Amino acid sequence: MDANVNAQTQTQGAASADLGGDPKIVARNVNVYYGEKHALKDVSIDMAERSVTAFIGPSGCGKSTFLRCINRMNDTISICRVTGKITIDDYDIYDPSLDVVQLRARVGMVFQKPNPFPKSIYENVAYGPRIHGLARSKAEMDEIVEDSLRKASLWNEVKDRLNDGGTGLSGGQQQRLCIARAIAVSPEVILMDEPCSALDPIATAKIEELIDELRQNFTIVIVTHSMQQAARVSQRTAFFHLGVIVETGPTEQIFTSPNDRRTQDYITGRFG
Amino acid sequence: MTTTTMPDHIVSAFDADLKELGDKLAEMGGLAEKLVAESVDALLTRDSPLARRVIDWDRSIDRLQQEIEERAILTIAKRAPVAIDLREVVASLRIANDLERIGDLAKNIAKRVIALDGQFQPPKLAHGVAHIANLTLAQLKEVLDAYTQRDEARALEVWKRDGEIDQLYTSLFRELLTYMMEDPRNIGFCAHLLFCAKNVERIGDHATNIAETIYYLVNGTPLTEDRPKGDTSSSTKIEFPQG
Repeated sequence: MDANVNAQTQTQGAASADLGGDPKIVARNVNVYYGEKHALKDVSIDMAERSVTAFIGPSGCGKSTFLRCINRMNDTISICRVTGKITIDDYDIYDPSLDVVQLRARVGMVFQKPNPFPKSIYENVAYGPRIHGLARSKAEMDEIVEDSLRKASLWNEVKDRLNDGGTGLSGGQQQRLCIARAIAVSPEVILMDEPCSALDPIATAKIEELIDELRQNFTIVIVTHSMQQAARVSQRTAFFHLGVIVETGPTEQIFTSPNDRRTQDYITGRFG
Repeated sequence: MTTTTMPDHIVSAFDADLKELGDKLAEMGGLAEKLVAESVDALLTRDSPLARRVIDWDRSIDRLQQEIEERAILTIAKRAPVAIDLREVVASLRIANDLERIGDLAKNIAKRVIALDGQFQPPKLAHGVAHIANLTLAQLKEVLDAYTQRDEARALEVWKRDGEIDQLYTSLFRELLTYMMEDPRNIGFCAHLLFCAKNVERIGDHATNIAETIYYLVNGTPLTEDRPKGDTSSSTKIEFPQG
């Protein structure tokens, strides 16, 4: 395990030099335990502002666990314990005085299966701004809803049926509705946990196109099982294996000539 | 990162695809070597029937290149290869291209052998060509072995040695020009011989291309150094003897 940790520090030392932007999210020596199980071991990584960072790795490698540390979703699991430090804009998100609800407004999340509320399309988007008190009038709320749906590339498809149920949309539209819902509270970071695994190739392409547009304004972290998707949408890729980050680097380098043998074996489909 | 200890793919058909590409390329390499050797042999022994056989063999090289290209494209479409696998597929495409060009250059030598049939041919003039051809053949053989073994050090040696072929070509160029000036009856033959020598020199260049591809295949980065070059024939002037 020592060798792993060394390799990890080395590649990260080299990687921080060419992050390709200011670091928005910085994690240092993050450890996660589920009861006795040590799920994440000394994870350190920088994620650049307004860029897409992809986490890849086999099932159970810790990538989703780490993603959920970034908006403290793991707090909801009673046996889960997190140590180490994660900062967003130099602000420690595990600071005890921090309001977790505010944090989750700044760090939005999109899940594997689209999960719209059983409400109208309008209400799905308006819900967040309403509980956070972001709109003072109906007109302002209308504007937020339209703007969010436009940014999620869904507006043209739903503008004539905003009062229809959100669950009546197609899978791909539902996922874009969830992205609109996340955007509505003006987050800075959007976490995506396999956002396309339940979608067909066309819907997937639309989400990928959307991710590319969203990165102008947001810092995006995406967990994906699709190697090709990571290669297509991200600027940087981190490869997780057995709870550690094996290698982090520019996506084009990870997918053409990775430094670590384990990364190569995984992305080329050679893992035993 | 060498491929010799690479574990198999989970999808074994992927390994079969890559192996087939490698096998076809090995076959093509063997054929290219044979074409170069036989075309030069035909030139030195003025063997027109052999030259005709060389021209026929070139078709097999073209066919193999097509097969490799189709197979490589299909592999990219089906398997979406990345990292070392992607470099393997790209390398096979590039090397197949170089080998196809080598086949064409050998065929061109063979055509000249047929054109020279029955012409006045002082045998000593061909010696220089024999020398440069031997050196080039050794380079080609070496670089193909380096490919089979994914040995970038050997490939790099080939790459560095190409300067010798270039220098030989430049001195051969001067020598042949001198013969032409000595006796105008040499001109026809010498001009063909000069093209043959140029073809051989370019075969050497393709061998260095293959060496560069092997370097990229193994290391994942292109070879950025400037290659030592010794062909100065493009800027060589020879004065006609006065008086």
